[in-house]
Amino acid sequence: MDASWLIPLAPGLSAFLLIIFGRSLSRRLVTWLACGSVAVAFSFSLLSALRLRAAAGSVPYPARILLSWIRAGDFRADISFRFDPLAAVMVLVVTGVGLLIHVYSTGYMAREKGYARYFAALNLFTFSMLILVLASNFILMFVGWEGVGLCSYLLIGFWFEKPAAAKAGMKAFLVNRIGDAGFLLGILVLLFAVGSAEFSAVDQAVSGGAIAKSTATLAALLLFAGATGKSAQIPLHVWLPDAMEGPTPVSALIHAATMVTAGVYMVARMNALYAFSGTAAGVVAAVGAFTAVFAATIALVQNDIKRILAYSTISQLGYMFLGCGVGAYAAGIFHLVTHAFFKSLLFLAAGSVMHALSGELDIRRMGGLRHRLPLTYTAFLIGTLAIAGIPLFSGFFSKDAILSAAYAGGHRLLWAAGLLGAVLTAFYMFRLVFLAFHGGERTTPEVRDRIHESPSSMTVPLLILSGLAAMAGWIGIPAVLGEKADLLRRFLAPVIPVIRTPHAGSSSEWFLILTATSAAGLGLGLAWLFYQRWPGLPARFAAWCPGLHKILLKSYGVDEIYQAVLVRPLVGASELTYRRFDLGLIDGAVNGAGAATRFAGRLAASLQTGRIKDYALGFLLGTTIFLAWILL
Amino acid sequence: MSLPLLTILWALPLAGAVLLIFLPKERRDILYGTALTFTGLVLALAIWLFIRFDGATAGPQFVERTAWLGGGVQYHVGIDGISLVLILLTAFLMPLAVLSSRNAVSSRLKEYLFFFLLLEAGIIGVFAALNLILFYVFWEVVLIPMAFLIGVWGGPRRVYAATKFVLVTMFGSLLMLAAILVLGRLSAEAGGAAAFDILELHRLAIPAGTQTWLFLAFAVAFAVKVPMIPLHTWLPDAHVEAPTAGSVLLAAVLLKMGAYGFLRLALPIFPDAAARFLPALAALAIAGILYGGCMALVQKDIKAMVAYSSVSHMGLIMLALFSSNIESVQGAVFQMLAHGLSTGLLFLLVGILYERAHTRSLADFGGVARVMPVFAAFFLVASLASLGLPGLSGFVGEFLCLYGIFGAHSIWAVLAVPTVILSAAYLLGALRRVMHGPVADDRVRGLRDMTWREIAVTAPIVVLILWLGLFPRTFLAKTEASVSAAIRLIEKRDRIFVRTSAPATEAARGEFEERRR
Repeated sequence: MDASWLIPLAPGLSAFLLIIFGRSLSRRLVTWLACGSVAVAFSFSLLSALRLRAAAGSVPYPARILLSWIRAGDFRADISFRFDPLAAVMVLVVTGVGLLIHVYSTGYMAREKGYARYFAALNLFTFSMLILVLASNFILMFVGWEGVGLCSYLLIGFWFEKPAAAKAGMKAFLVNRIGDAGFLLGILVLLFAVGSAEFSAVDQAVSGGAIAKSTATLAALLLFAGATGKSAQIPLHVWLPDAMEGPTPVSALIHAATMVTAGVYMVARMNALYAFSGTAAGVVAAVGAFTAVFAATIALVQNDIKRILAYSTISQLGYMFLGCGVGAYAAGIFHLVTHAFFKSLLFLAAGSVMHALSGELDIRRMGGLRHRLPLTYTAFLIGTLAIAGIPLFSGFFSKDAILSAAYAGGHRLLWAAGLLGAVLTAFYMFRLVFLAFHGGERTTPEVRDRIHESPSSMTVPLLILSGLAAMAGWIGIPAVLGEKADLLRRFLAPVIPVIRTPHAGSSSEWFLILTATSAAGLGLGLAWLFYQRWPGLPARFAAWCPGLHKILLKSYGVDEIYQAVLVRPLVGASELTYRRFDLGLIDGAVNGAGAATRFAGRLAASLQTGRIKDYALGFLLGTTIFLAWILL
Repeated sequence: MSLPLLTILWALPLAGAVLLIFLPKERRDILYGTALTFTGLVLALAIWLFIRFDGATAGPQFVERTAWLGGGVQYHVGIDGISLVLILLTAFLMPLAVLSSRNAVSSRLKEYLFFFLLLEAGIIGVFAALNLILFYVFWEVVLIPMAFLIGVWGGPRRVYAATKFVLVTMFGSLLMLAAILVLGRLSAEAGGAAAFDILELHRLAIPAGTQTWLFLAFAVAFAVKVPMIPLHTWLPDAHVEAPTAGSVLLAAVLLKMGAYGFLRLALPIFPDAAARFLPALAALAIAGILYGGCMALVQKDIKAMVAYSSVSHMGLIMLALFSSNIESVQGAVFQMLAHGLSTGLLFLLVGILYERAHTRSLADFGGVARVMPVFAAFFLVASLASLGLPGLSGFVGEFLCLYGIFGAHSIWAVLAVPTVILSAAYLLGALRRVMHGPVADDRVRGLRDMTWREIAVTAPIVVLILWLGLFPRTFLAKTEASVSAAIRLIEKRDRIFVRTSAPATEAARGEFEERRR
């Protein structure tokens, strides 16, 4: 029996219970409800995925309508799910990584006042994310899309008494809404072009030539606007670094592993549309490649451990879009999966560091931690090796898949950008490792005395994720190393057809592997030179070109530009309009100059006797006179 | 013979009001009990009507028609799906509004409740009337109690606000009255059987030139009520000064009377004129969406912020009505319900806060979520419903509106869509300033969270907000046939051209003149 539609049920139910009764439940019960529900969801996901694999090839995957939701005229939207290989991969990541992070949170958040509130939001997030990936149509996907946005808002602002946290939550929601306005219009364009919001109908319209190329491009680009918001791509990337105000497990789950990949998922889900449009795919690739390099350069100079990871996430999401944009949708999803493992590992390890150092975030005040936190160090190192693309670790395979697809597709410029990004990635990640875990201890004495390794609820998830971050690459071994070893791509083939992917040929494939490895090695080596061999070098560099250093430190000033160009003018103009126009002109006209005002005054004065009986009488009299005048 | 249910429906609150006059004014419990009983009975009857209503039928149901005044003016009431859901909304909010007044109103309770019940009778009458004279009488009945609720039980600038409210809406009403009289004459000339009958007027072919003037008169009256810019400035004042329950009904129901007026009268009776002025009206609606949103962004008073958000939301509803296709009008009607619930809830919550803190200025708060967590949760739900979060009521209405608008004129939808950004900006902005940040001062620290009674007043609205978001077809199914009938009228598909022969016209005019004398 197909039980995939039951996957979101348990987290949803648990979220509902925690929202209503959370404050009166014991912590123990909250823990069991929250983690148990995600464990149930994970089991269902696993069962459904295995069943799907057993029944491989039996396409198409039917949509299961659970509730006929909205009907008006020609418009219909149903609550209906479809479980296909792409959805299977996504639900496994969401519930699997989600479960580990739920468990980790029970340790990390153990002493928080809002324990139940935290898990209510985390469960609600899991529920919404599952709706997003299981939805069989755009309208329901949008429900999940906005739902995860809400949970992100709630969890970034979890410590709402801190103004920066409250502000960051709101910023995240607003920036996402800008993208969502485009997303909504994209849905509308598709609805009118195709006549249905079902993904299968869109795919059919594309393959059957029922949709014009220009319309497809318009719809795809509008939808991509939503993706740039959700997945923090230029120009809507500004919310993600600030989102680090939330608890670290939240950054790991929502702002690294799952929610921010929703945009990539959507593009991969609509691969037929983007491929058909061509132009839209090109835009996706260009935005992705540019973002990948852009965010990586910012990460080079940041000192806040979570902000470095945040910019790294933006950059890695760029890689995923680059993969999708050059037609390697499966590679994009592959990188999504490996990134979910190694980035959540990095965040959780960073959380473990913060936990040990009483909340310290600045890597300039860390150093030498590898001796104090060996387990955390090992985990962080594995994550770093994976993200930097060191051979045999997961990130190597997925990044290589994207870069070789770009190269083979003839996009040499995009490929070069990806390669440059790879150098930068290895550099900033090993800079982080060297500064935080190697060298002398720069922690303050009070902090130093209390350094301790985290409890097992936190270290066990670290161990599991370390294993996944190291090994997950083996599901996508490049063709040159083994025929049919590319398990993931073959699993996804029913949804993401492997059509006419230009093959690089074995010699150039080896060339690509070599260049990618050299890029990672170059970054690592430079980081070693800068932060291990000659520690005075970074300061000399910064002094050599202070302007550039400052610009990078300020993240190119994009926030400031938006404030100056968009926010302040809008608020200022509204303020001015309100005072001058609404209160001044219109109101003045309504109040009426001269006679009207005097008339109003006299009328009001004579009416205001203060006795209700007079008013009632007047009312009665008026009605009578009026009726008499009409009828007699 | 079946019971005259609709008459009972509007007569019940009136009876309650009359009963209140004879009750001792010191016995607050008895007064409350009476008001609650009568509004409760109305709600029960409204639910009964809702269940019994056949959504597949387009024409009015529960019709009562008897000779009323002389000259062929009949007492004619009946409800279609659109009236039905608006009456249900009114009946649902009324007991909650009465309950919410328990702490807020200290003086002249008897009169307060009297006006409240009178207000309910008027609103129900407006939505049920099928005769223009009857409609106008109820329309004016609504105006008076609301003016008193603002003027007597309102805030410091209540007299100014009430006067402005009366003058502006009266200005519109008088134009409408003049137009109604002309319409009556036209229908008499056309040889209509029943004078001023709305259903007959729907089928009357009126010369284009005459239509223009009559339409404008009606349009102004209704645009004031909606309100459409630039006729909106009475609304922020009225809201800021009105007592909480008054604000709730004003936003949730009274504004909808304007939209209802367009849908029931102005658009279907004068389709040619309507078509002519549609671009201008749509422009005003779009301007209202954006303008209201921007004004809400810079308000310092929470109530004023919610008031301007209503201007914005009503702009979208009007734009959807002017798009006149099934999806857009279904969306507009649904959004009237959704907006009624979310904005009603917002006003109730602001009232709860005001009762404790005696201020509504955004700057006076901060960290309220720490001291009033339950309140903060309710406020969050109301805000999310208002900004159209999927799963809650606002999304269904907003999406259907945008869908329909896009289908009519895609550029209108593009211009209207920034509302999803603006609404999030002003609502979450207010939420942040009031709820988040460090606890502002000792006054805020001393605020107590919602009481069980307050939860009992607001929780039903939250449940309905969720219900509308998840099971919108409960309501959409009741309105679909009526909406498509209304659209056929607007598009003149059902119009029967009444032939007017000269002698008949003369005779009718003679009769009409005689009647007037």
